[in-house]
Parts: sequence; structure tokens; C-alpha cells
Amino acid sequence: MQRHTSTRAGLDSELINVQNDLLMLGSMVEKAIDKAVDALRLRDLAASEQVVKDDDHIDSKRFSIEERCIDLIARQQPVASDLRHIVTMLHIAVELERIGDYAEGIGKISLMMGEQPPLKPLIDIPRMAELGTGMLRRALDALVNRDEEAALGVCNADDEVDQLYDQVYRELLLMMIQDPKSIERATYLLWAAHDLERVADRATNVAERVMFMTTGKLTEINVSRY
Amino acid sequence: MTTETQAPTHVALSIRNLSAYYSRFRALKDVTFDIPRNKVTALIGPSGCGKSTLLRCFNRMNELVPGARVEGGVMFNTENIYGPNVDPTVVRYRIGMVFQKPNPFPKSIFENVAFGLRINGYRGDVAEQVERSLRSAALWDDVKDRLHDSGQAMSGGQQQRLCIARALAVEPEIILMDEPASALDPIATLEIETLMRDLIQEYTVVVVTHNMQQAARVSDETAFLNMDEDRAGYLVEHGDTTQIFTNPKHERTEAYITGRFG
Repeated sequence: MQRHTSTRAGLDSELINVQNDLLMLGSMVEKAIDKAVDALRLRDLAASEQVVKDDDHIDSKRFSIEERCIDLIARQQPVASDLRHIVTMLHIAVELERIGDYAEGIGKISLMMGEQPPLKPLIDIPRMAELGTGMLRRALDALVNRDEEAALGVCNADDEVDQLYDQVYRELLLMMIQDPKSIERATYLLWAAHDLERVADRATNVAERVMFMTTGKLTEINVSRY
Repeated sequence: MTTETQAPTHVALSIRNLSAYYSRFRALKDVTFDIPRNKVTALIGPSGCGKSTLLRCFNRMNELVPGARVEGGVMFNTENIYGPNVDPTVVRYRIGMVFQKPNPFPKSIFENVAFGLRINGYRGDVAEQVERSLRSAALWDDVKDRLHDSGQAMSGGQQQRLCIARALAVEPEIILMDEPASALDPIATLEIETLMRDLIQEYTVVVVTHNMQQAARVSDETAFLNMDEDRAGYLVEHGDTTQIFTNPKHERTEAYITGRFG
């Protein structure tokens, strides 16, 4: 595909275009997580199936972003902040695509649960999803605003998700001990909670990449307990 | 000049508060940094920033321009090459130079390399030294069967390697290269770049280049010079090449290497 990137202004505009696509991908995976968790909570199997199918769009968007980053590296030989911006976007595209996979995973868990009656009303699991996608949104805002402080804030928010995961884990464990017939359904929910815990970890990775872009330093800010 | 060394052995040249003038015009101001031994150091910067002037100050070649003078010093093995008892000719043997356009003499390949040895009254085996120099310049295999052909009847890349061999023949410690590949095609350019990396096993290389990718590919350290409002060149930033090209400290460096000015 011919793009007019032969000038400095061309490179700037292509960087913005790729970044806009990345934000679009971020919004796609955020919606996928919301939809997957809603479908799990409401036992809407058709919606779960749709989440699984829609992951293909997320995958192809990620590849398109990667291709454009590779094209920029090959043709522009970017250095300094341009190079860090492109490398950051490449990494973030991978992180986002993995978040999309967690949405797909939750969709599949819901399909495996099938017509079984819900074990319990879901409260903490949707809360984990809300926190994780909120972190992701703030990390991507930090990318747009080149805001190191905001990125650091995202990393520190991961602890809250870890605590919720602890709570869900203990609660489900207790249910399994009290009623062994609940083991299968409780295990499904535990998988979903674990996926959401990972969403927050990935959002933290995105924020760490934003910090790399702004400071040039590669650092692991917050090591998750899981 | 004397060669007793007490300076840190990893430093080949220490540039201290160096300013260069052409008559009243100040071409360089107050440049201070160290050139590491057995490394490639690249000097980059926009046209007119004084990087070629700086390079020529490293072996007193700048003095050949009428009205040129310097302030400050260039320490080479603990001695200021601008010291009162220093013979600039000796400096130029110890610190050789290769230019942008290959400039072999209208002589045979052999005599081009032997030239410096002959005017120096070299007492060793000239043929042996010529062979060693041609080997170091990665040219021996190409020319060993036609040493008496004209040095000017070679390809551009070979001519440039011949000029490098000529500089190496007098056993310098440092090779200065002023845009050594800018008149060459991409293949010959890569050969010269490969040669620079080989040369640092024995020598120190300082290269002026307009080609930023070349600086990034070939150098260990990079110095970025810029022109001030009074048109005098000054050192903006000097550091590890990876750092300069991934995370420069100064906004001017960032703007230059990313093509936002210059």
C-alpha cells in the first residue's frame, strides 16, 4: 500500500494514524471484555458466541497495526522518540490482542457453562472487568497525552484487581467445599476471574510501555501477585 | 613528540575547550569531550556546524587553511598536539586522515601505499609494510597481482580502501575519516563500514558523516554538533550511539536525528 510518508510531515501523520488505529483496537477489546462479562452474567449464549467470533476482527486489526509499524521501520529508519513511539505501539498492539483473547476465553467459558443454572449472581467479576477496562482506557489516554504520571497511576491500580481476585477465589473455594456439586460451575467462574485478573496485568504492561515511550526506560512497575 | 602515556588507556584523544577560528570567524567554540580508544566515534550535525573543522583539528590539518588558528587543546597520549614543541607533520602520521573523495596519487598501487614510508625514510621492509597495510585495508586480495597498476584505475571503493591503506602504512594510532563513503555506491559503502569495524581492533576511528543511518550502524559513540546563532559550531551532546539514537538527552539532538530540522 502506497503511503506518503517520505517527508517528516508524512511520518508524523502516519504515526498519528497508526496510533488512532491502536486506540480503535483498544476500544474493540474493551467492548469485547464488557460484552463477554455481560453475556456471562446474563447467561446470554448467543452474545457469548458473538464475542468468540468477533475476536477475528481484533486479530486482524492487530496484524494491520503491526504491518504498518514494520513498514515505518523499514522505510523511515526511525530513531529517538519516533523509534520509541513505534516500538511502543507494536508492543501495545500485542497486549491489546491478548486482552481480546481473554474476552474470547470468557465467551468460551460461558458457552461451556451452557444451560446450567447460574451458581450465584455475579458482582465481583463484573467489577473486576470494569476496573481492568478502566485501567486500559487510562493507559491509552496516557499514550495519547504522553503522560508518565498517569501511566504510573495505572500500574498502581492493579493491586485493587488482585484483591478482588483474592476475594472471588476464596468465595468460590468455600462454595466448592460446601457443595461439591458446584465444583464444575465454580471452576468456570474461577477461570473467568483469572482472565480478568490478567486483563489488568496487560493494562499495566501497556502503561509500562507508555512510560518507556516517554522516558526511554524499560521498567517493570508493578509485579502482579498472580 | 613524546609518547609516554599516563592518560587513561581507554581514551585516545581528549578534546579540551577547543575553539577554532578562520581569521575572525569562530567556527567552533569550546568543545570538550573524549574520544575512546579502539572505538568508532561518529561526528554528526547539520552542514556548517563545524564537524569537519573539528575533525581536522584532531591532527592539525586545519592549520593548512590560511588564517586558521585554535584555542584550547587536544590531548593525545598526555601531550597537547598544539604544544609548542610539537611537529604537526609527526601528528599527522600518528593521526591519519582519509577524505570524502578518494584521492590516490597518480602512481602505482604499491607506490601509493609506500609513499609515506619513503618520505619518512622508513628503515624496515617497505614491501612487507605495503602488504600489511593493504591487508588491513581489506584490499590485498583484490590487488596483490597488480600492485604496479595505477592507483587511479580502480573502482571508487577500492580507491578509498587504497587511501586507507596509505594512511595505515605509517602506523598511526588514530584514523580520521571525513565522509569516507559519501562518494561511494551502497556496496562500497558497506565495505568501508565493515572495514571501520575491523580497523578498531588496532586503531581508533573518528568519522564525520552526514548519513545518520551510517553513524548509527558503524559507531560506538556519537557526538552531535550544532551551529549557534553566531554560526559557531558547538557540541550539543556526546554519548553512547545507542543512547543517542534511542533516547537523546537534548531536544536539539532529537530534532536533528528525527529530521525535524537541519
